[in-house]
Amino acid sequence: MSEPRLDVRKTYKLLINGAFPRSESGRSYKVFTQSGEFLANVAQGSRKDLRDAVLAARGVQAKWWASSAYNRGQVIYRLAEMAESRRDELAVHVGAAEGLRAPEAFASVARAIDRIVWYAGWTDKITQVYGGANPVAGPFFNFSLPTPSGVVAVLASQESSLEGFVDAVLAPIAAGNTVVALASELRPTPAVLLGEMSATSDFPAGVLNIITGVTSELAPTLASHEEIDGIDLAGVGVDQASELNVIAAGSIKRVFRPRQNDTDPTRRLRAFIETSTVWHTIGQ
Amino acid sequence: MDEPELTNSRLGSLEYDPAPESTAIAHFRPSYGIFIDGRFTDPSSHEQFVSLNPANEEVLATVAQSSREDVDRAVASARHAYDTVWSRTSGPERAKYLFRIARLIQERARELAVVETLDNGKPIRESRDVDVPLSAAHFFYYAGWADKLGYAGFGPDPRPIGVAGQIIPWNFPLLMAAWKLAPALAAGNTCVLKPAETTSLSALLLAEILQQADLPPGVVNIITGDGSSGAALVDHPGVDKIAFTGSTEVGRLIQQRVAPSQKRLTLELGGKGANIVFDDAPIDEMIEGIIDGIFFNQGHVCCAGSRLLVQESIADEVLRRLVRRMEQLRVGDPMDKNTDVGAINSAAQLARIRELSSFGESEGATRYTSSCMLPDKGYWFAPTVFANVSQSHRIAREEIFGPVLSVLTFRTPEEAVVKANNTNYGLACGVWSEKGSRTLWVAQRLRAGVIWANTYNKFDPSSPFGGVRESGFGREGGRHGLEAYLDV
Repeated sequence: MSEPRLDVRKTYKLLINGAFPRSESGRSYKVFTQSGEFLANVAQGSRKDLRDAVLAARGVQAKWWASSAYNRGQVIYRLAEMAESRRDELAVHVGAAEGLRAPEAFASVARAIDRIVWYAGWTDKITQVYGGANPVAGPFFNFSLPTPSGVVAVLASQESSLEGFVDAVLAPIAAGNTVVALASELRPTPAVLLGEMSATSDFPAGVLNIITGVTSELAPTLASHEEIDGIDLAGVGVDQASELNVIAAGSIKRVFRPRQNDTDPTRRLRAFIETSTVWHTIGQ
Repeated sequence: MDEPELTNSRLGSLEYDPAPESTAIAHFRPSYGIFIDGRFTDPSSHEQFVSLNPANEEVLATVAQSSREDVDRAVASARHAYDTVWSRTSGPERAKYLFRIARLIQERARELAVVETLDNGKPIRESRDVDVPLSAAHFFYYAGWADKLGYAGFGPDPRPIGVAGQIIPWNFPLLMAAWKLAPALAAGNTCVLKPAETTSLSALLLAEILQQADLPPGVVNIITGDGSSGAALVDHPGVDKIAFTGSTEVGRLIQQRVAPSQKRLTLELGGKGANIVFDDAPIDEMIEGIIDGIFFNQGHVCCAGSRLLVQESIADEVLRRLVRRMEQLRVGDPMDKNTDVGAINSAAQLARIRELSSFGESEGATRYTSSCMLPDKGYWFAPTVFANVSQSHRIAREEIFGPVLSVLTFRTPEEAVVKANNTNYGLACGVWSEKGSRTLWVAQRLRAGVIWANTYNKFDPSSPFGGVRESGFGREGGRHGLEAYLDV
């Protein structure tokens, strides 16, 4: 009779600048399934981890935006391909974290992957849909270009561990921003898995950074950070959102607060787009 | 840099006879009430403050100081008009009101220009050729949107937000009122507008025009007063949206105050625009563009090209020509049709310009100031250029909002972009080069909401205007400007 095999347990780590470090603080915390069983040990990110992630996101933002829209679309589509081949693993974690039965969990993963595909198709449409030429009265060629806000902080949904996360991070990334995301505090593993997939999807290091940890501890650092241009407050309640909004005002950040049962998926896409208008003289 | 010669050209030494525009067309009442529910009414406190002509410090009229109670009445009036009239007025009908307003501004253009120049201190040439025609054009442009909102790219039937509180600055008083009111009304909102403390009179004349246009009472309310009136408007729970144009400092406070509420917010804030000059730029046009970029409207322009970045190889020649051209600017009576640079809008602003400029010298920059004669009365500051400025100098970092230019140099396009972006602001930049590919390369990398290539300080109602980073968010003008007033 053979010896019973000891399973290999995985450590769920942070994603900073394309690498998977533990928290520099050395902290980790346990996360559980919806029914209360142990699910995993997860790195508990610190303020220092956040600042490292912001540095990475800032450093690569111009490069990400300078790559062609076609290329950015392919990178995001590649993420959908990676997720598709690891659907089962994602569904196990989404099901465990959110307390869904297998069919529901698979349906949620399928919607999330389809959503990634949807964003992949946006990268080279944004300029035409949200930009345009302006008929000014004078000898000028005048055009408005949508440009990314820069670095966007995402406080991802606490409940929707994968679908909510996908929307919150890919909307700004599709528009040319780079992201520092705080995953759901109690349901972080689907986001961490997606982060692992992004690392094999040709995402330049630093475009998507994922921190796991205690939202209330880390959110103020993101809201106040001078190098962050916008913040998505999906993952905090009304009171904390108001507080963070006040902090974010200190550096005139763009703030996105999702609406209840929103039916317009472009609202998030538009939230972190700027309009840059160029005038050029016309003459002989 | 070499010392530029300060000798005047022959042109600069020519004298012109005075050519003053008549002030007879402007009729000021001795005192003004606030405009609520379609009528001028006394403020609850009966408190008035004076509005001066900054060119000679003479009192033009007294204006009402709105209290919290007055703001309350104005918001209630706007809400009532929204619920009972404006939200039920069809797009085509709203459009016709706006077209009417545009036409009335055109018909009373001369009167508006004179009032604006007397109250603000800007040259009559500018209020006549820029402020007033652009104000009319803004109403005309947005009038056409009122019945076409479903085609603006925000879904088939975008809804207005409700009651908009709008706070505007003193540098383009009428034009900023038009920028705020026209898109708000086209989108179906009602408004409470607060002009700046020192420049209320053209907005009050606009109120008369709205009466003349038979705009339903309460659709636009105008409350005058200082910052406390604006704060009361920002804090008012009956307001659904705040639109503010002004300094980044105040914008930050407003964003903080609005943050806990569900109010929508757009901010058009300060800037420290870089005007980037490459060695192949057409030099005559470029010098005019630099001059216009900084001295237009006494430099009281949020998008002013207040940092000149000039390529090292042509720096000496550009500075020499710039100083010579600056000497030729005619500074003085704003009502004179030949005046290029008028009065500083207020004593407070003059003090700020003087203070910041003094840092220019103490931090080691080289100062060139026009030798023009300044009038004895009124608030005046001679056009000034600082050379040998470095990026850490306060005059290179802080918005002076006056006729003061800081000159810095660069060698490569990469360096120009890095220096241009080395600011928390991001409103406007200029790029001067004959090489289109380089201009577009630079434009792609500038973090700014507006980029002028081989021109500067151009505005058009169809062209979105607004900043990135700490210059604010939201756009005014164009299709994009509608988004600020729609629930989308």
